[in-house]
Amino acid sequence: MRPNVIAAGHRALRFPRHCIGGMAGTSFKHEHLPAILEEGVRRGFFEVHAENYMGEGGPPHRALTRIRQDYPVSIHGVCMSIGGPQPLDKQHLARFKTLIERYEPALVSEHLAWSTHETTYFNDLLPLPYNAATMQHVADHIDEVQETIGRQILLENPSSYLTFTESTMTETAFIRELARRTGCGLLLDVNNVFVSATNLGTSALGYLADYPLEFVREIHLAGHAVQSDENGEPLLIDSHDGPVCDAVWALYETVLARTGPIATLVEWDSAIPDWPTLTQEAAAAQAILDRTVSSDRRIRRAAV
Amino acid sequence: MRPSNLKISVDSEAAPYAADFAGRLLDPERPAPPGVTAPAGSAAARRFGIYRNNVTVSLIEALAAVFPATLRITGPEFFRAMARFHIRATPPTSPLLFEYGRDFPAFIEQYPHARSMPWLADVARIERAWLDAYHAADEAVLAPESLACAAPEALATSRFVAHPATRLLASDYPAFSIFSANRGDAPVGRIETKEPEWTLLTRPHLGVEVRKVSPDAAKMIASLMDGVPLGRAADDTLAAFPSFDLSAAIAGFIEAGAFRGFSAYGAHDET
Repeated sequence: MRPNVIAAGHRALRFPRHCIGGMAGTSFKHEHLPAILEEGVRRGFFEVHAENYMGEGGPPHRALTRIRQDYPVSIHGVCMSIGGPQPLDKQHLARFKTLIERYEPALVSEHLAWSTHETTYFNDLLPLPYNAATMQHVADHIDEVQETIGRQILLENPSSYLTFTESTMTETAFIRELARRTGCGLLLDVNNVFVSATNLGTSALGYLADYPLEFVREIHLAGHAVQSDENGEPLLIDSHDGPVCDAVWALYETVLARTGPIATLVEWDSAIPDWPTLTQEAAAAQAILDRTVSSDRRIRRAAV
Repeated sequence: MRPSNLKISVDSEAAPYAADFAGRLLDPERPAPPGVTAPAGSAAARRFGIYRNNVTVSLIEALAAVFPATLRITGPEFFRAMARFHIRATPPTSPLLFEYGRDFPAFIEQYPHARSMPWLADVARIERAWLDAYHAADEAVLAPESLACAAPEALATSRFVAHPATRLLASDYPAFSIFSANRGDAPVGRIETKEPEWTLLTRPHLGVEVRKVSPDAAKMIASLMDGVPLGRAADDTLAAFPSFDLSAAIAGFIEAGAFRGFSAYGAHDET
């Protein structure tokens, strides 16, 4: 195995190869760094948005380097535009590769969505229809990313507000086929499942029953904002600005009961709370993960 | 992983969804794209509006994050309206949002409602430079002792190399004072000066430092950043500012970490 080394000026720093399995993690926000360091090393991992570390140098790299020494890190891309019809931005892909080589993350993920059209970057995760034509270009894009970075990526299911008449496949069938064709893994965002099901008037449990859980390597949990549509029905916005709701926790337990423990991130990207609040939310996920492990063991013991 | 299929092209006939969305996301006057549906009883237009709103709001927030002093000066309502115009006219062309807003100061300069604040664009220029300094490459800054060790005659013909984070900005207004007063949370006092100000941004250690420099020191630093040898830069500055204190200026820009090194050239190099 290639040594885990980064070049840092005249020195070469070796990052430990931390294990991420069965752990709960949190989004890494720089304002929490002093509290994180103060607390001493604890169990867990941190996830960062790739684009925030694509500058040449400065405090962001210093902070992430410090965190990476003590913790496993997951790098989550938010703007590769894998779901768009146009070719991937080669410059962006090269930056993504450089970042992954530098930090040797435990997990690398991107979205089933698009965000750039022609030269305009929209800064949102925009939807696509699910059919043979989009399957082909999304699969090609995933292949290109995986070949460029030399490792598997995890693809995240979107939160949806509408559907396309051009779609000929369900989202779960589309995702299963992508995983099968490209060898990518999946990042199951349970909040997105709940948000989409509510907004589209479908069943979250039904979605999870059809979803290819065997490919899942990471789970996202997050809070959403509740609005109402013109008929007074709930309309959920994937806002990542609050605690995980009870329904999402319940769905999460349903998933883990079927899969066993999977690295789980509590995403919180705006209205960011203080560090103790965020760790409490991660501790809640960790407790469920640990319970899953022990019930796994009970089942195995019972089977012996 | 299966072998690469590198035949990728934009097939807009087969995949018009992105073009249909893109043309409408930044234009609130246009209806929802064809082919989008919402569950029974809901209007697709309303659902499309969520994406439109996300795009606009997230980009306004991106500009607010780059230009917090500008936001504080104008107030949120004014800022959001101004930013919304700018976003629709000049959306980002890079997925790296820390690169966004380079055209915003020039937009502010032309924005009719900001005419009563002619200094606002320069404050925004300092904020944009601050973010560039923040993300600039890591390099050690020039140590004071390295200058002390150089022979004076070699020093006169030396050219200095700016640190990657270093930015120098001129303003016809007291932009530094207005920036400094509004960049944090502290109460803003009355800004008494009306004088033009030069602002130097550097990143000598952990964070970005912003300081005001006098016009003579600014001329000196600007010359050095342009690659003018030290001796000639000092002569030019002295000619323009007879009371220029060279050793104080050097001590100042070394302490600020404006340069990362210098290279001595022979006298023949001096042209």
